[in-house]
Amino acid sequence: MSALLCLSAVSVVLGATRAIEEVSLDVARGQVIALLGPNGAGKTSLLRAALGLIAPSAGRVSLGGDDPRKLAARTRAMRAAYLPQRPRAVWPVSVENLVALGRFAYGAAPDRLSAADQDAVDAALRACALTHLRARRMDEISGGEKMRAHLARALAQQAPLLLLDEPSAGLDPAQALGVSDILRAQAELGGAVVFSTHDITLAARVADHVLLLREGRLIAEGAPETALTPEALRCAYGRKGRLEKIAGVCVAVFE
Amino acid sequence: MSAALRVSLALGVLSALALGAALWLGPTPIENAFADDTATRTIVWEIRFPRALTAWLVGVALGLAGAALQGLLRNPLADAGVLGLSGFAALGAVIAFAFGFAAFAPLLALGFALLAAALVTALGWAARGPASLALIGIGLSSFAGGLIALALNLAPNPGALADLVNWTLGSVEGRSLSDAALVGAFLLAGCVLIAFAAPGLQALTLGEAAASAIGADIVRTRALVVLGAAACTGGATAVAGVIGFVGIAAPHLVRALSGHDPARLLAPSALAGGALLVCADLAVRVLPTDTELKLGVAAALVGGPVFALIAARLAARGDEA
Repeated sequence: MSALLCLSAVSVVLGATRAIEEVSLDVARGQVIALLGPNGAGKTSLLRAALGLIAPSAGRVSLGGDDPRKLAARTRAMRAAYLPQRPRAVWPVSVENLVALGRFAYGAAPDRLSAADQDAVDAALRACALTHLRARRMDEISGGEKMRAHLARALAQQAPLLLLDEPSAGLDPAQALGVSDILRAQAELGGAVVFSTHDITLAARVADHVLLLREGRLIAEGAPETALTPEALRCAYGRKGRLEKIAGVCVAVFE
Repeated sequence: MSAALRVSLALGVLSALALGAALWLGPTPIENAFADDTATRTIVWEIRFPRALTAWLVGVALGLAGAALQGLLRNPLADAGVLGLSGFAALGAVIAFAFGFAAFAPLLALGFALLAAALVTALGWAARGPASLALIGIGLSSFAGGLIALALNLAPNPGALADLVNWTLGSVEGRSLSDAALVGAFLLAGCVLIAFAAPGLQALTLGEAAASAIGADIVRTRALVVLGAAACTGGATAVAGVIGFVGIAAPHLVRALSGHDPARLLAPSALAGGALLVCADLAVRVLPTDTELKLGVAAALVGGPVFALIAARLAARGDEA
């Protein structure tokens, strides 16, 4: 099966900082990939480079076979949906209108949705348990609900690849697990997800492949249980830590 | 019917009523605006109608530019006046008037409005929060003010100085149908450009990176809005001088009624600007003052406190918008 995303020895320089150094990654359909690492490890830069929002200083990015920086914005939006870190709605539009913005690439506007657009919006609202809040304004809902609304916007895009920057930030444990269910469902439906997170337990639970980064360099990668060794965690975070199985679930424990 | 459409219709009716009232009301009492005597025809159709129509078109242009700029810069305090576009447009026109190229005043007003738009975009694109953008705009406006003073200072014909100063205060007094046609033509160009940018403005609700990620062409949206707002402001300022705050007040007045969607706010804001300025001009005409109050002065007297109020409310909410 062809790769949805392919990063070949990608480096990114932001100002005087080397944000990413020679990181490679292939994302195939059905995969959920977690980007882990301390603050400033390069997770956000990697996602932004994957989408073509920043140019790599070296290496090659291929989104569905093409350089994302050379794709028309709408074509790119049909190949990958992106949830930025701390997403926001500048204007307090309704939840439904925000989600409908996910249909932009299909020529839709929140007040001009085709039946297919409306179906996609409804499905995204259902998946994120937001149907009952669809008419509420974005400034009238909780932080967790806002995050879910932005995730629903990304789902409504119906792109095969989801690039999500900390989609579980600010969510309570139940909601974070809800997000992990959404990510798994996306993979099972034939899509793929690359997401960054600080929640190692969540990553170990949902991802079938993790990349552990520190200062832009890849420390370890692979299946969570094999990649997230005590040595790798210590190297990344500077503290002793390990994955422990509790009630069949891998949990990250730091001393 | 959507809320924005309902508000637009209501404001259209209000505009028509205000334009109608402008034919009847004024310092000279008129019993029947449609009477067939020469005096009435002259007063109503050669003085009052062109003046009211010009006020309406200028208001529409400023309201539209304000709503589009607020959407683009994601800032409810943005407008052509605050961002220095009006000041620069006025500078262009003053240069033309002062140095004897009056025929080129609209062109220079447009060119200078474009220059200011380019400067604001270049300097303020990375700015976060209303304060930094407003500060850049204040800087540009002050600079334009200084250059206007310099142009007045160096003007070769001192006799024209009083006229020039009066002109910079903003007024539609004595404007003709050809003035209305001029601002109308610029407004039409601005409308077309901004209409093409409307979907991009909706996408920008998500911020720049996410808007680009959903498929919006940010560079195109930016260029269309900046050109469109410059055309609206350049045309309006070339004909009526500097009239501030309409661009801020108009979107603010309709936002609560027609929703916050920046694309759906365009038409109601434009119509609100038109109705606002016709009513304001009507007010300065019927106010019993010895010297007629200038429209730009009246707009600033009302608009200044409105601006402060919005800024205070944003600050109270801790908004970064």
